[in-house]
Amino acid sequence: MASIRDQFEIPGKMKTWSLALIGIGGAALLYGMFTKGFSKDEHEQVHFWGTLMYNTIFWTLICNASMFFICITTLAMGGWQQSFRRIPEAISTLVPVFGVITFAVLLYVVLGHKHHIYHWLDAKAVANDPILRGKKGFLNPNFFIIWTTLTIGLWSLLGWRMRQISREADEAPFTQESGARYIYRGTVRAALFLVWFALTVGSTVPWLWMMSIDAHWYSTMYSWYTFASSFVSGMSLVALWVIYLKNKGYLELTTQEHLHDIGKFMFAFSIFWTYLWFSQYMLIWYANIPEETVYFKHRVQGPYKGIFFLNLIINFICPLLILMKRSAKRNYTLVTFMAVLIIFGHWIDFYQMVMGSLSKDHVTLGWLDFGILAFFVGTMIFMTSRSLASKPLVPKYHPFLKESIIHQV
Amino acid sequence: MAKKKFVVGCFDDEAVLFPAVKKVRAAGYKIHDVYTPFAVHGLDHAMGLRETSLHTAGFIYGITGTSTALGGISWILVKDWPLNFGGKPNFSLPAWIPVTFELTVLFAAVGMVLTFCYLCQLAPFVRKHHFHPRATDDLFVMAIECTDKTNVDDLQAFLSSNGAIETNVQVAETGWWLGTYDMEEKNLEHSNTVVA
Repeated sequence: MASIRDQFEIPGKMKTWSLALIGIGGAALLYGMFTKGFSKDEHEQVHFWGTLMYNTIFWTLICNASMFFICITTLAMGGWQQSFRRIPEAISTLVPVFGVITFAVLLYVVLGHKHHIYHWLDAKAVANDPILRGKKGFLNPNFFIIWTTLTIGLWSLLGWRMRQISREADEAPFTQESGARYIYRGTVRAALFLVWFALTVGSTVPWLWMMSIDAHWYSTMYSWYTFASSFVSGMSLVALWVIYLKNKGYLELTTQEHLHDIGKFMFAFSIFWTYLWFSQYMLIWYANIPEETVYFKHRVQGPYKGIFFLNLIINFICPLLILMKRSAKRNYTLVTFMAVLIIFGHWIDFYQMVMGSLSKDHVTLGWLDFGILAFFVGTMIFMTSRSLASKPLVPKYHPFLKESIIHQV
Repeated sequence: MAKKKFVVGCFDDEAVLFPAVKKVRAAGYKIHDVYTPFAVHGLDHAMGLRETSLHTAGFIYGITGTSTALGGISWILVKDWPLNFGGKPNFSLPAWIPVTFELTVLFAAVGMVLTFCYLCQLAPFVRKHHFHPRATDDLFVMAIECTDKTNVDDLQAFLSSNGAIETNVQVAETGWWLGTYDMEEKNLEHSNTVVA
């Protein structure tokens, strides 16, 4: 073990770049906030807060997907992820950070009574609308705030507990009994996180945060669709970090075999995402009922047509054809390219999910979107690298580590 | 259809099998196959087998299924017998996707199973030779193909010295139909062996 480089040192260049991105993004964010966010014009307000909303939600969810990955592999008694598990763990330390930003934005929208974003905030409209009245138990400010607080708080807390238990594997070797107990404790904590994850990302939270923008419309598949989007982007993010660290000479125990399995997740969940995309679209297209097609009308036939189909090409056709081959999933360059493409594709997907409902007449994609994106990418790189540097890259006494070292696909 | 002579070595431990496979290959013997009770990771690399092209075949079968479905349905519903379903256009792609998906899977699955059977020379009523009945239970059975230059006794001794708990010599059918083994036989200029 002596020869393993298990302490990550943040390269100066990375720090500079991430801070530069945060600076550019922060400037765009502040400029947008004062020119648009607090302007008198309601369209400008909706543009700014909507853009901020989909970015915060996207980044919170994909960072949380890393913790989901750790928990699901822990619960399934997976061993192969041990050699690089500190990467998803480090990414998941961003959940509290991005979670607080999301919470602040959503709180501002709800308490600031932005009923152009959430139509159900308008009490008068709700009272006169039988559909919104029927949803009042779910779509009301009190429930929204309590549930959002609980969601972000428990994601952070349960994720933190998972990371704590991972650190125990750094300290001292386990005996047979203490090792078995350690694995058992890990599965209990993972199961707790997953139950809460299913109750939030798997069902309520995407309905509450994003689907309720179209307060009349609903789709039961929406949450699964959002989950698939965030998970495939989350795995792509993990792949990017693995490749980056490999190129810097770290993670000697992680090989192409591990990359191959991460690539499989990227490939499989791209197809799973498409399956949900299509199921949601086809049923509504087939039934052709006005109150359901209202969601797709301006996306398929209106100004969002280009983005809508670009989304499908980037997130389905490209992964399907490019990542299908075994050699592609083991090729650093191709996986890097596909990971960036997939993250961008799902960011665009979140864009059309939120802004497609808020700004139906014209596509608003512009400097504000990319500025805020730069802010989040910069924060992600900065915080993840700090978290990676703060602990060993390999949990060297983990009972399953050997399984990861000899992992073969 | 030809018969060939094999020297068979049985191993009871994976950890013994791997070095033995490497040594047998290094000594220049041709391993016909290693029969194991379960899938042994890395054994294909140790034996120097090339990667199968079964999945490439599967992709081609899948594409065939996709184009059959899309071509078939669009010809029927647009050109040959257009019907009005609830005012939808005749060319209504979303409605065809489930069928296209199913045909893709069907073509790929059936095609790959048949190709697999062909590659492994399996078919109904074909009896394959079993080198050792315990190969499906707890023994790792290595079969080495003999040429007319192979010294059977030497080879058996070599296997035993590398940890084989049991060795014997068997004569077996090599294939049933245009098999790869028959083609290899020509390369080896192998005369039919009848004595065991």
